[in-house]
Amino acid sequence: MVKVYASSVIEAPALRVWNHIRDFNALPKWVPVVESSRIEAGLPADKVGCIRNFTLREGGTIREQLLALSDYEYSCTYSILESPMGVIDYVATLKLTPVTDGNRTFAEWTAEFDCEPGRERELAESVGNGVFQAAFNNLKRQLAPQR
Amino acid sequence: MPKVVRSTIIDAPIEAVWAALRDFNAHDHWHPAVTESRIEDGRAPDELGAVRNFRLKNGAQLREQLLTLSDHDYSFTYCILDSPIPLVGYVATVTLKRVTDGNRTYWDWRSTFSTPPGMETMLARMVGEEVYDTGIEAIRALLAGSVSLPAATPARSGVVPRASLAPMPANAVVIAKHGGPEELVVRRTSVRPPGPGEARIRQTAIGVNYIDVYVRTGFYPMLTPPGTPGMEAAGQVIDVGEGVVGILPGDRVAYACPPVGAYCDVRTMKADQLVVLPADIDDETAAALMLKGMSAEYLLRRTHRVERGETVLVHSAAGGVGLLLCQWAKHLGATVIGTVGSADKARLAREHGCDVPIVHSQGDFVADVMEATRGRGADVIYDGVGGANLDRSFEALATCGHLVSYGEAGGPASAFDAHRMSSKSATVSRPVLFDYTAQPERLREMSANVFDLVRRRVLRVPVHQRYRLADAAEAHRALEGRATTGATVLLP
Repeated sequence: MVKVYASSVIEAPALRVWNHIRDFNALPKWVPVVESSRIEAGLPADKVGCIRNFTLREGGTIREQLLALSDYEYSCTYSILESPMGVIDYVATLKLTPVTDGNRTFAEWTAEFDCEPGRERELAESVGNGVFQAAFNNLKRQLAPQR
Repeated sequence: MPKVVRSTIIDAPIEAVWAALRDFNAHDHWHPAVTESRIEDGRAPDELGAVRNFRLKNGAQLREQLLTLSDHDYSFTYCILDSPIPLVGYVATVTLKRVTDGNRTYWDWRSTFSTPPGMETMLARMVGEEVYDTGIEAIRALLAGSVSLPAATPARSGVVPRASLAPMPANAVVIAKHGGPEELVVRRTSVRPPGPGEARIRQTAIGVNYIDVYVRTGFYPMLTPPGTPGMEAAGQVIDVGEGVVGILPGDRVAYACPPVGAYCDVRTMKADQLVVLPADIDDETAAALMLKGMSAEYLLRRTHRVERGETVLVHSAAGGVGLLLCQWAKHLGATVIGTVGSADKARLAREHGCDVPIVHSQGDFVADVMEATRGRGADVIYDGVGGANLDRSFEALATCGHLVSYGEAGGPASAFDAHRMSSKSATVSRPVLFDYTAQPERLREMSANVFDLVRRRVLRVPVHQRYRLADAAEAHRALEGRATTGATVLLP
């Protein structure tokens, strides 16, 4: 079992960050590697169980299912149904926590999955850095206080 | 039931914060409100059920019991057993989490309790401010090194080391006077410890750029001899001075900024221009990439925002910045025309996204550009050559085009005639990287954009020349002789 953990601090209130990322269909807006996304079967994007079907900028399609969504905890859990990455039993959770000191947000993104032996490091790196950290960096840019 | 929550970010690794907080009996060392704490019945402070019996500075005596302790989750929970303050059923939890972005620590301290009616607000404020806020600020100050603790306490071992006061021996390339490559001579030097806002770095790779030649010859007045040239390097932080946040000893970092002084193995410099390197960007890549990559970033995304379908002309398309401009402009959907000096360089440029490499000797590229654009000219031209080349570039520019002069390798960019611009409604820019990177937030944004494209393999940074620090003169000869392709690095 590979575990990936990435966390960051976003200089914006948690509610504002949550409003920006809550939409399960909004990955293209804030995750740099994602080009376009749609929700299958015409379901609302906050219906638990819905499936997002998105394409990556470097090519490839991923299908992910929403397993849990909490407007109270500011958290979202989802699994990968299909992807070209070669991950098995992939479940990830994105969670925001308000930082009372400075009205900022502590953002955490965890993923657990299995894969072919020998690919653990490469996949952990591409998920942790290539996707999660890159998305955090983008969020910081998008939500940075206007100067 | 009042609930008090405080959370903050501490600029120290989680191990260091945990080392300071874990000992259930050590709060009299760090919390300003606590004196004389002891664990009852001779138990260990990390034994579940242990009771700490302590006094506050105002004289109140309290007993608190450890309920959970987890080195795995960096968390502990405790309750109040006896207190003269009416906090009934008080249970508090401290949790630390790693901020992987910057090696910092998120600290969450929360509790719930009951109070006699009417005292909720007052007691919640007291717990939040006098206990949690005060404690958090004390730990922050402790880990920032402004308070010293008795050295005997073993729990302090994880505390971040501060700058040692000793100068360190080092090797640096020093020029005694402006002149040719032969002026680049290695000397033994001594590097002072970092002052406020500074960091000391052990450098592992140094980027060589054409600007270093201007500095050496005195064409750019950035170095008064004797001095050390160089704008760009990567390495590891040895120690940091007072007031430095976000950069810790041991961090891998890189920079591309004035003042000059990068041609050395150990350097003390301002910390706010340092970028912490992601794990997947190695030192040599960073040293080869920071200045040239961020140059490509501002040229293509800021000075001019290249759009899909535009035609871009890149001079010196096989050079360090040129190859990056070709790859990135191609990625943005532009048609890329490049000028190069030889067939080999044309091949290299083509491999890096240049659609139409033009081999030319002396500025005879205009006709080729016009042919390639069916007489229109290029929408944006990146000219790092300067001199007479700029006039040729203007001839190759499309109507309403943008001529960007970003370097003067072939001679000064002469005064430009604004009247002449009107013949093409042209825009002319003469940007300088360091104006774009002066703000640390912008710098981090630009470097992150570059690293992101390296990670996605949009940008490849071929390091074709590697020299020892002692052979810096040879590196300059090759660069000035137009004998290099891709990036050049010095390895101390």
